[in-house]
Amino acid sequence: MTAPDKGFTLSPNPPQHALHLHRELNRVWANDRGWWGQITAVNHTTLGLRFMATALVFFAIGGVLAMMLRAQLATPAGVFLDTELYNQIFTMHGSIMMFLFAIPMLEGLGIWLLPKILGTRDMAFPRLTALGYWCYLFGGLIMLTALLFGVAPRDGWFMYTPLSGATHSPGINADIWLLGVTFVEISALAAAIEITVTILRQRPPGMTLTRMPLFAWYMLGTSVMMLVGFPPLILGSVLLEVERAFNWPFFEVARGGDPLLWQHLFWLFGHPEVYIIFLPAAGAISTIIPVMCRTQIVGYGAIVAAILALVFLSFGLWVHHMFTVGIPHMALAFFSAASALVAVPTAVQIFAWIGTMWRGQPQMHLPMLHIMGFFLTFVMGGLTGVMLAIVPFNWQAHDTAFVTAHLHYVLIGGFVFPMMAAASYWMPLISGRGRIKGLGEAAFWVILLGFHGTFFVMHLTGLVGMPRRIDTYPDNPEWIWLNLTSSIFSFVLTIGFALFAIDMVLQALLGPRTPRDPWKGQTLDWAMMRPTPSYTFASLSTRPLTPGQPAGEVALRLARGEGLLPGAPRGRREFLVTEIGTGRPDHVAILPGNTALPLAMSAMIGGFVLLMLAGLYILTPLALAGVGVLIWRWGRSLTTPHDHPPVSIAPELSLPVHHHSRATLVQSGIVCLLVANGTLFASLLFGLGFLTVVAPNWPAPLPLRGGMTEAILTVAAVGALALGSLAVRLRIGVVPAITGLAVNLLALALVATLAAMALHDPTNHARDALRAVLTGYAGLHVLMSAGFAGFVWQMALRGELSPNRPGVVANWRLVQDYTTVTAAIVALVVIWQGIAG
Amino acid sequence: MLVGCDGPLSTLSPAGPIAAEIAWLWWAMLAGAALLTLMVGVLVAMSFGRPRDIPERRWTVTLGVWFSIAVLSVVLATGLWLGERILPRDDGAVTVHAHGFQWGWRFTQPGADGQPVETLDTLYIPAGQPVDVLVTSGDVIHAFWVPRLAGKIDAIPGRENRLRLQADMPGRFDGVCAEFCGLGHAVMRFAVIAYPPDAPPEALTQLEGAPE
Repeated sequence: MTAPDKGFTLSPNPPQHALHLHRELNRVWANDRGWWGQITAVNHTTLGLRFMATALVFFAIGGVLAMMLRAQLATPAGVFLDTELYNQIFTMHGSIMMFLFAIPMLEGLGIWLLPKILGTRDMAFPRLTALGYWCYLFGGLIMLTALLFGVAPRDGWFMYTPLSGATHSPGINADIWLLGVTFVEISALAAAIEITVTILRQRPPGMTLTRMPLFAWYMLGTSVMMLVGFPPLILGSVLLEVERAFNWPFFEVARGGDPLLWQHLFWLFGHPEVYIIFLPAAGAISTIIPVMCRTQIVGYGAIVAAILALVFLSFGLWVHHMFTVGIPHMALAFFSAASALVAVPTAVQIFAWIGTMWRGQPQMHLPMLHIMGFFLTFVMGGLTGVMLAIVPFNWQAHDTAFVTAHLHYVLIGGFVFPMMAAASYWMPLISGRGRIKGLGEAAFWVILLGFHGTFFVMHLTGLVGMPRRIDTYPDNPEWIWLNLTSSIFSFVLTIGFALFAIDMVLQALLGPRTPRDPWKGQTLDWAMMRPTPSYTFASLSTRPLTPGQPAGEVALRLARGEGLLPGAPRGRREFLVTEIGTGRPDHVAILPGNTALPLAMSAMIGGFVLLMLAGLYILTPLALAGVGVLIWRWGRSLTTPHDHPPVSIAPELSLPVHHHSRATLVQSGIVCLLVANGTLFASLLFGLGFLTVVAPNWPAPLPLRGGMTEAILTVAAVGALALGSLAVRLRIGVVPAITGLAVNLLALALVATLAAMALHDPTNHARDALRAVLTGYAGLHVLMSAGFAGFVWQMALRGELSPNRPGVVANWRLVQDYTTVTAAIVALVVIWQGIAG
Repeated sequence: MLVGCDGPLSTLSPAGPIAAEIAWLWWAMLAGAALLTLMVGVLVAMSFGRPRDIPERRWTVTLGVWFSIAVLSVVLATGLWLGERILPRDDGAVTVHAHGFQWGWRFTQPGADGQPVETLDTLYIPAGQPVDVLVTSGDVIHAFWVPRLAGKIDAIPGRENRLRLQADMPGRFDGVCAEFCGLGHAVMRFAVIAYPPDAPPEALTQLEGAPE
């Protein structure tokens, strides 16, 4: 073995009996038996597959809805669906495909694959994986149930206000969307947090960031975008739901709101969303092409730069969905340029992939066939995307079938084809079985024909004037043959997807057993035994694979325990945590085992959602209190009453367990959560600024309330929180904890007093509503900090705190400081508003 | 092919200079896109030869960065130039008002005597000269779109947007609401009648003398 380049060499552990290790590890890592075992499972392989399988079911449902749309549009005066139902179905088609298929699918792929490709044993927060899954499932089921009962959302997947507001959309249809999608988004945030932490902290020793497999880079880009991209949508949904439920105006013009605020928040999420979907697919392509061509990827550094550029640029072009709202042309030009510029990093990747094919010898296995489908489809979709970025053309094509065609080229070309390539590539690892020749190829050709037959003519349909979201067109006979063509081929496309599904099922059941590492893969996932064991690796890789080294070569050594941290001799789920930049071994994390806690938590959140939907607002605090209790239990199960000895990971290296580390995974996770939370807060401030400057009907009719007394109370509240930030930095013990608790509770009382004294009725005007939201945001965080302080106080009372185990206090400090800073900002904004008038 | 491009709502059979400019932009971009697709196709096809040494930077930097920036710059510059040309300007153009509601359009246009005339779902404009449409909405968001005369602009509550359109010849041009606006979205159609400036239609003259 050669030494890793960063100056630390880890020699192998002595070989053991592989079967013995397997049994020892399996006892610790396997799911519980039977149905209960499915409920308590937290394992990434189980949950990753379950995410992907559920996403495929939703894909099928979304596909059936699309068939109904195409059936309706096949003739100019279709009577298959009435308009109300048609509107529900196209809204649900888009919402399902985006939120219940694409996002969960890529989360599932990341969750299933990342620990394997990084050579670790599970995701950083297994219970969070399970929580995410249950939230996804329950949220999805709520939306499907609404569809069955004919009360599905009907305002388009983009939910533009005022159409989606209480006046124009009475009933619970819109609430189903706002609450259901937000419920599902909990899983997106959970996945984003743990994917980020897993990639940054769980790589093999010596795998610096610049030696990571490209798939990890792509998923890192994706997860960072999700952390920053989803909060604006979540904020928008919460505000709109509050407007609908409690009549607080945010988007209603008459009371100082602005429908454009919704569009900004929605597309601040909505455009990055497209790249959130594309990046994991591109990651799969970057992984598969070099293997299929038996060479190394061309331009690793250029691709990483392209990923970073995409992440950055994708947040600067949301306005290209809003070219027709009346923004001045020169301002549009900026977003037009940014939108076109995003094609540059995409082109870098495309040419790097083609260059890789030139350098190697492409072999037309099924994954490669799907990648050919990707090239054809995605390049065309990208080019129509550039066209749409050009403002004058957008003024014609916007909201026509041309855009429908474009987005399907990009999403099916850029996501579905690569996912099908990924499915046929990783199937041997999933099922341990190889393909039945012929069926997969047939499915591919039928899909390719059906897709282009459906959507290629749709460009023309749009250019000859057919708007989106119309159900009949009796006055436009010139659209008949175009629509009929699309409808016929759409059924061909569906047959193709059905063939693909049949192929997958047959392969899983009947396919011939494949040898280990059938493709000669270049990533550690192929260094696993098959079928995939629950613990992934019996021992962990001592270093990254060297370029050109087939992964299968190290499989036996790892299975015999010659790598790091072999087996499970302590009867605990353990893996190695490394430093972010260098990949230097830092500590050993002990993971929680199987538990039904995530299911209970998501059921409780689901209870909250259902109470909101039923309009039983008075009962919702009960559900929220239940969530609080479960969070407490979640945290309690992570505490330990005593010190733990260091763990030997290699003959010459012992590491502390995470209880004794200053930089735990949980801490990294909280940092990620606060980044997302900070984005939400920034979006809220953006909303306030936007309405203040842009919205009609400002300033608010009522002058602000409050004078010197309120100012003093505000300063006192922030001062109390600053004391909390000070207390958390003191010696660890009972006194600082109870001090922290006391000052937070004091601040909470002050915030409540201020809310009662200084706030107008929030239903008066958007200004008053936003001030109430800001105050509530600060209050909620003070409550969280108080909870953290109380938690630490409890630990101190039980003797669970020790200067050797600093973890929980460090976490409290992060939350406390965040609370202090955001509360101070809220105070400044409120006081500034008072001064500015 | 060109026959398939015709139609009362077709952006590809423009009836005025603004729509014509955008149609011209489309055909140019289509030609460019076809060439680029062909180029990528050929490059992919050529990869199926023998393995060969390739200069990495030529693929990632020269092709990936510089080539794409060059192409994009041309398209962007053209789009910007063209967009500026078709914007409404303060040149004293005839101004009409389009007010969208669920589900129809109320138009206000100058009558033969200069007094405003209100019509429902039919807008009258003089042919051969630019007309600015002030677009507003009374309820939800709609979009005013007459594909053969110009691009579209949204009708947003609380805002007034301005769109310039122009018809070369007298005639009838169809319009639709392009922004989804609820149950009546598909039927929220309207017509624009361009009339010879010296011969205003009856609709604009018969209301003469109506109370102010």
